Amino acid sequence: MLNGMDRELVTQGAEGRLYATEWLGHSVIVKHRFSKQYRHPDLDIYITNERMKAEARALTRCRSYGIKTPAVYDVDFNKSEIVLEKFTDSVTIRNFIYETVKNKLTMDSPVMLNMAERIGKLLVKMHSNNIIHGDLTTSNMLLVPPYDLSDIILIDFGLSSVDERAEDKAVDLYVLERAILSTHPNTEHFVAHLLATYENTGGESARDVIKRLNEVRLRGRKKLCFG
Amino acid sequence: MVKNRRSLRSNYYLLAIIKMVMVIGLEGSANKIGVGIIQDGKVLSNPRRTYITPPGQGFIPHDTAKHHQAHVLEVLQEALAEAGADPQDVDAIAFTKGPGMAAPLISVAVVARTISQLWNKPLIAVNHCIGHIEMGRLVTGAENPTVLYVSGGNTQIIAYLERKYRIFGETIDLAVGNCLDRFARILMLSNDPSPGYNIEQMAKKGKKYLPLPYCVKGMDVSFSGILSYLEERANKLLKTQQYTKADLCFSLQETVFAMLVETTERAMAHCGSQEVLICGGVGCNIRLQEMMGKMCEERGAKLYATDESFCIDNGAMIAQAGYLMYNSGLTTPLSDTWVTQRFRTDDVPVTWRE
Repeated sequence: MLNGMDRELVTQGAEGRLYATEWLGHSVIVKHRFSKQYRHPDLDIYITNERMKAEARALTRCRSYGIKTPAVYDVDFNKSEIVLEKFTDSVTIRNFIYETVKNKLTMDSPVMLNMAERIGKLLVKMHSNNIIHGDLTTSNMLLVPPYDLSDIILIDFGLSSVDERAEDKAVDLYVLERAILSTHPNTEHFVAHLLATYENTGGESARDVIKRLNEVRLRGRKKLCFG
Repeated sequence: MVKNRRSLRSNYYLLAIIKMVMVIGLEGSANKIGVGIIQDGKVLSNPRRTYITPPGQGFIPHDTAKHHQAHVLEVLQEALAEAGADPQDVDAIAFTKGPGMAAPLISVAVVARTISQLWNKPLIAVNHCIGHIEMGRLVTGAENPTVLYVSGGNTQIIAYLERKYRIFGETIDLAVGNCLDRFARILMLSNDPSPGYNIEQMAKKGKKYLPLPYCVKGMDVSFSGILSYLEERANKLLKTQQYTKADLCFSLQETVFAMLVETTERAMAHCGSQEVLICGGVGCNIRLQEMMGKMCEERGAKLYATDESFCIDNGAMIAQAGYLMYNSGLTTPLSDTWVTQRFRTDDVPVTWRE
């Protein structure tokens, strides 16, 4: 498939290495889930395949619902590689926030709150189609120019699943909430705005999810810890 | 006015350096009772006793408290003697405020309050998890690592950001150590020196891998599924001789540790971190350290780990956290020295770091 093609390592994410290369006239990203040497081989093969399947399925499903994700050009289970659409001038929301904060804009500024709204609405769309991302963080959301207007792109669906229950959607939001609060300082208002947008634009099912989210949060705080 | 305050503060620090601050720490939130003495980053003593129950039994608060009450004064004397210290040499008394089991926590706090009043020294109430983290940082020299804190009662992935140790990921049900300990009970393994240690030794002889439920949700993990799976099937698998005890121990370790390594890797990728610190009792496990080390190698990151004297609950780690708090001007008034079973790592203002 990509034999003999030069590929440039872009980054090593949580699940695999990302390479930029050319593929049939397109600029693409190749996501290679290389074998993790720390895992038992049986477990490694199982996890790698499950993640690839989940990701390929979810990316395509999302597209069919009008959620922006990279197009899937090819899936190779033997090489554990997925060939994905590459977006020019894309930046993760994580890095966008880092840069914005460096340039002295606060998380409460209209630009940031607008972004919180866009994320909230996007998650409503995803959850209303019963897609659970499974690993929502600001590293898994991309922006392309114009950064303040364009549709947010969701990536990294290796842990995704399909479920209609409020519990899984609530956990999805809980993971995102904690990821944002732990990585970006002073984001309490940003997160509250994101969740308020989710609740207000998602109808009754969104309200159920938020109610469930409150219970999920308490579970963490109520945990008995010793040792 | 402000200028005076500043020069007073620097005089205070100067005095502190000249005097060499010594802090004694008391820890007894679970089944270990430990007293440690630290002086400016040097561990002068760190004795400990462990309450060990018969195979198949876990430790309960009431009996654990009785064990601590029976041994704490002896361990305290030992700590002072080994450090060659007198009560008057000690600058502050640190103790575990929580999280942990209520009765044992209270038993130790009573001793701390008593000696504080006897010796006329200030008290410092310390978060147990932060004790582990700060001891890990002291011993390994890790600058700003992603921390995997794993023990019988806790499983958290922590990163420091702006004055707080933030919890990125954690278990949504059982701590990994709790899962291992309860499996050891199913197999009736000895609890001496600890159930986890005996699972580790047994796992070394395991060869056949049994696929077990693997549950990672973002940066969170869940262990109740794997435990119930084993509770239901272990005895049958052993009876029919499809798997040995060693095989089951091996399979359990490979699965739960892979979950921990994966979630730690996720946190590292998200934070852009190149350092990992493992702390907590389960951090003693060499297989876990091996697996984490391999993951780090594959990413070009560095692994920091400590040995059993500091991984397992001990007094010196409380002394170290107390020392840092004391040096940043924090002490706990007697009326605030209550203990609590639940005490989140991210509820503590980390005033001693930038």
